[in-house]
Amino acid sequence: MPDMIPAADTRPMLETQDVARFFDVSRPLIQRLLAGEGKRMLRAVDGVSFSIPKGTTLSLVGESGCGKSTVARLVVGLYRPTRGTVIFDGQDLAQARADSTQRRRMQMIFQDPYASLNPRWRVRDIIAEPIRAFGLLKTDAEIEARVAELLTHVGLSPLDGQKYPHEFSGGQRQRISIARALSSNPEFLVCDEPTSALDVSVQAQILNLMKDLQRELGLTYLFISHNLAVVRQVSDRVGVMYLGRVVELAPAETLFTTPRHPYTRALMEAIPDLDMTGRQRIPVGGEVPSPINPPSGCPFHPRCPLANDRCRAELPQLIPARDTPEAVVACHAVEEGRDGGPMPGVALAETGAAVAAS
Amino acid sequence: MSNTRPLLEVRNLRVEFPTRRGTLVALDDVSFDIHPGEVLGVVGESGAGKSMTGAAIIGLLEPPGRIAGGTISLAGRRIDNLPYKEMRTVRGREIGAIFQDPLTTLNPLYTVGRQLVETMTTHLPIGPGEARKKAIEWLELVGIPAAAQRIDSYPHEFSGGMRQRVVIALALCAEPKLIVADEPTTALDVSIQAQVIALLKTLAREKGTSMMLVTHDMGVIAETADRVAVMYAGRIAEIGAVRNVVKHPSHPYTIGLMGSIPPISHRLERLQQIEGSMPRLSAIPKGCAYNPRCPHVFDRCRSERPELIPARDTQAACWLYDPASGTQAAEVRADA
Ligand SMILES: Nc1ncnc2c1ncn2[C@@H]1O[C@H](COP(=O)(O)OP(=O)(O)OP(=O)(O)O)[C@@H](O)[C@H]1O
Ligand SMILES: Nc1ncnc2c1ncn2[C@@H]1O[C@H](COP(=O)(O)OP(=O)(O)OP(=O)(O)O)[C@@H](O)[C@H]1O
Ligand code: SF4
Ligand code: SF4
Ligand SMILES: [Mg+2]
Ligand SMILES: [Mg+2]
Repeated sequence: MPDMIPAADTRPMLETQDVARFFDVSRPLIQRLLAGEGKRMLRAVDGVSFSIPKGTTLSLVGESGCGKSTVARLVVGLYRPTRGTVIFDGQDLAQARADSTQRRRMQMIFQDPYASLNPRWRVRDIIAEPIRAFGLLKTDAEIEARVAELLTHVGLSPLDGQKYPHEFSGGQRQRISIARALSSNPEFLVCDEPTSALDVSVQAQILNLMKDLQRELGLTYLFISHNLAVVRQVSDRVGVMYLGRVVELAPAETLFTTPRHPYTRALMEAIPDLDMTGRQRIPVGGEVPSPINPPSGCPFHPRCPLANDRCRAELPQLIPARDTPEAVVACHAVEEGRDGGPMPGVALAETGAAVAAS
Repeated sequence: MSNTRPLLEVRNLRVEFPTRRGTLVALDDVSFDIHPGEVLGVVGESGAGKSMTGAAIIGLLEPPGRIAGGTISLAGRRIDNLPYKEMRTVRGREIGAIFQDPLTTLNPLYTVGRQLVETMTTHLPIGPGEARKKAIEWLELVGIPAAAQRIDSYPHEFSGGMRQRVVIALALCAEPKLIVADEPTTALDVSIQAQVIALLKTLAREKGTSMMLVTHDMGVIAETADRVAVMYAGRIAEIGAVRNVVKHPSHPYTIGLMGSIPPISHRLERLQQIEGSMPRLSAIPKGCAYNPRCPHVFDRCRSERPELIPARDTQAACWLYDPASGTQAAEVRADA
């Protein structure tokens, strides 16, 4: 198992074992017959294994389209896996699906706050829906008080409950979906880009709130974000995905100080330069490969500066990295020790830039 | 840049929402210019009116919202009072829009290729064959892998970030003079984001395309914008050159906002945040709208509303920078 960090004494809250999800993106049958082509499968997620100990946060990062949201949907049971299993608190999700207690215990905040709120419902009913569905509170007065508390938590006013979603800005709607996700007292929250629609000051409020809830109630999070600075603030561990697979999984501190996989390093190079030191962002070079025809061997090889013949032929497995064994990395170069070893990542590089600039 | 005539001039813009509970003022006396080839970044509290400003410019305010005062001019011609049909032509050809919500721009029933081709054949003198070739080029430019294969996909078959890139391609493909981009890179990973930003900058430099860029991402602002406007509760709180606003802000709200940016270099126990939240539109306090949250508030702030005035390196709507505020303000300024 790729998970090398001993999970306290408790069982993991969530575990995925070799989970995969393919989509059929073939053209209509008649066109396919005319052109003489076969079915086309898109491998959105292709063999992902990780576990999240109770009370901790695992973040997933990686290029757009690499399969993060698909993992999120698999984990909460919105998609059935094409292969593999998802285990929630010791129980196979495929069997637990019908169990409403299990559903109450996990909630998801969706990437798109526009699509996930029912436009015809008042905000207070949207937020109260899980409370009512699971019969968590008896009286209307109790429900109203709870909704007011949740609205205040996310920086809105209890008076906002009577409005409809279209009366709110993008970021305000995202706060409504956060309040809704919290309303059923879940133990496990999947947060798909929960704060990217928010300004940095509301973002700070929400992230602090999430941390407080984790400390007080022991919540477990699967967190997805493009913003690596945010990921650094909230994560215990970070998984880096590339083309449907996890290519590096490490404690957050290790990942940011000594990123090992060539793709992880490239991602760090592409971080925007807020200090305006004039540092050029280096986008990851090369073509983004297609999940319909993934490259042979290591999927990163067409863009990797360290690629060789072995990389083009053999798929690397996630194994503890040389010198930083707390990280598991899927890379032949790291395994063979021809990657130059652990090198400073962002933390040290930034300090260097600051010194150079002053 | 100051000797050229602005491409876009927004003057004293006021947007209202009549509701049963009374009239809400969503934008109150907003003025700014955008010059040819210039990128104006717009940042600020969620709900401050950034999208509303963009919607007013492109003539797509959602009813019952309406422009209740002020003017908007594009290349010297007023566009805030054009009939719907005329505005629609302006919107396609002269102003390209990238909305915060990619689903409002994309028609779920048509393939992305068809949508791109239709936009180009409507606004450019080219036929469908050439438009399809160009559509593939645009999809490649915004970083869609295997563009030639995926051009006939439907929007729902793309990931969130890929849909956003299709929307960007749609806004750019008719080669407008002004682009109003509302959170164009929010759904994108840092690498694609860098690519899209580079593309937008090239357009600004080489084709003189101007842009109003609304985003929460200060990294993107720092890299892309020439000037930045900071909005709070329906007004501009501060405006100035990007470096000054990001590195040496004057308005207490901007200072709080910049302080909330999570650092990449280390982990904080707790992120800095501005306590409290922005007032609701129906309960904007008298005087300075920021006064209930402002660490430097003094008497004058609770009674008189500040307008934009020269502050340290920028223009800020804050009484601290008015010499007439006297000694109290001078003391606070010295401390801040
Ligand atoms: N319903 C679907 N039908 C066909 N393809 C799909 C479907 N959902 C996702 N995909 C494809 O699966 C891949 C992974 O998509 P996913 O939404 O998981 O990406 P992501 O990592 O969340 O990206 P982003 O950061 O842009 O949100 C993409 O290539 C996408 O086009
Ligand atoms: N249809 C409507 N009726 C009443 N109020 C509205 C309506 N639409 C928007 N508003 C209000 O107008 C204000 C400005 O909204 P706008 O969408 O411009 O915010 P924004 O600055 O773009 O925020 P965000 O960063 O969250 O997208 C918000 O307070 C919002 O609640
Ligand atoms: S396995 Fe080879 S191609 Fe893949 S990341 Fe490592 S060095 Fe690069
Ligand atoms: S005018 Fe007063 S309350 Fe408003 S930002 Fe300035 S000091 Fe603070
Ligand atoms: Mg996604
Ligand atoms: Mg907005």
